[in-house]
Amino acid sequence: MRATRTVEISTGLFVLLGFAALFFLVTQITNRELSINGRSYEVTAQFENVGSLKPGAAVSMAGVTVGRVESIVFDQDVYKAVVSMRIASAYDRIPADSDASIMTSGLLGGQYIGITAGGDEEYLAQGDRIVFVQDALVLENLINQMVASFGRRDDASAPESAGGQPQEAQP
Amino acid sequence: MNLLRELLDSLRNFLVTIGATTLFFGRLLAQVPRALLRPGLIIDQLHNAGALSLVIIMTCGLFVGAVLGLQGYDLLQRFGSEDALGTAAALALIKELGPVVTALLFAGRAGTALASEIGLMRATDQLTAMEMMATDPMRRVVAPRFLGGVIAMPLLTIIFIAIGIFGVQLVGVQLFGVDSASFWSQMRSSVGIEDVMEGLIKGCVFGVACSLIAVYEGYTATPTAEGVGRATTRTVVTSAVLTLILDYMLTAVLL
Repeated sequence: MRATRTVEISTGLFVLLGFAALFFLVTQITNRELSINGRSYEVTAQFENVGSLKPGAAVSMAGVTVGRVESIVFDQDVYKAVVSMRIASAYDRIPADSDASIMTSGLLGGQYIGITAGGDEEYLAQGDRIVFVQDALVLENLINQMVASFGRRDDASAPESAGGQPQEAQP
Repeated sequence: MNLLRELLDSLRNFLVTIGATTLFFGRLLAQVPRALLRPGLIIDQLHNAGALSLVIIMTCGLFVGAVLGLQGYDLLQRFGSEDALGTAAALALIKELGPVVTALLFAGRAGTALASEIGLMRATDQLTAMEMMATDPMRRVVAPRFLGGVIAMPLLTIIFIAIGIFGVQLVGVQLFGVDSASFWSQMRSSVGIEDVMEGLIKGCVFGVACSLIAVYEGYTATPTAEGVGRATTRTVVTSAVLTLILDYMLTAVLL
């Protein structure tokens, strides 16, 4: 009888430990707490390009997370990505002319939305749209611009050396 | 000519083993519902396969996590992104290391115990005696052991992962001074519930595979001391190889 008790106790302990570990993984390690506890309001912003921004990404002001990205959809009428964000009601005095930009945290970090406060007397409220936006930096575009600017400088510094070569048509 | 014949022979043996294991699995599954009617036997086996493996699983989990912390930190600080240590280590543990290392340890700790126990029962004619008493050894001996292993393996996997993450945290945060808040928040923002499910599914599949191989090898062992020894060895080797092959397939499917 006594031996059976020990077997059952240790087995019970084992199973309990297993479920405790599962609970730990699900609640502490994964990103389940997307919704902000308590009341919140929703604002939207339209971006030309959201890069790799994903639902659940942080919305932060001055580095402090004030909300989360709720959804990202492509709007066929304006050909832009419409990002809706849920911001905690505690932060209800964000000026209406604030601007939202998509930023990257660190080298390998994910993208998030940073809001910089404007100077308006009016505050953002449920359903408002943030008008001033800055798109995600796309590395390819950046390199393209850089290459183009280098090319232009070369043309300017050595205009004669190219000789009588026909130039590409330029606007 | 001789070589060709040997080659054909070993190919035939291979096919016979696969076929026999599959048929054995079918017979086993047929006995599972009736074995479930006696939960006491399964709890005993859950104790053997799970609770007794707990110490080795937890120790190994802690050290695998700690090594991951060392290596991960060394690699990531070269790119100046040691904050990503939590993400990298947690994903590695949850998706790959947890299930695979647990399965290998499980095969070594519980699989060998199962195989040698059933093999010795065969060698000492206990299984035959049961048949004489009209008790099906498949139902009374094999099915509860199989079920115990199948239930224990996912639980052990999850425990291994949790302890492993603790080990990573111990080395990364306590020893190297990675910022604790960014360690946890980066991990939290990039590990999804589907990653945990992937690890859990792998744990379940490996549990079925390793338990099946152990009981099959034990049940079909040659009833001699040497035969039982060989069955035990084959259990570990086959389980390890099959685990790694299955891991590749599962990853390809689940990714």
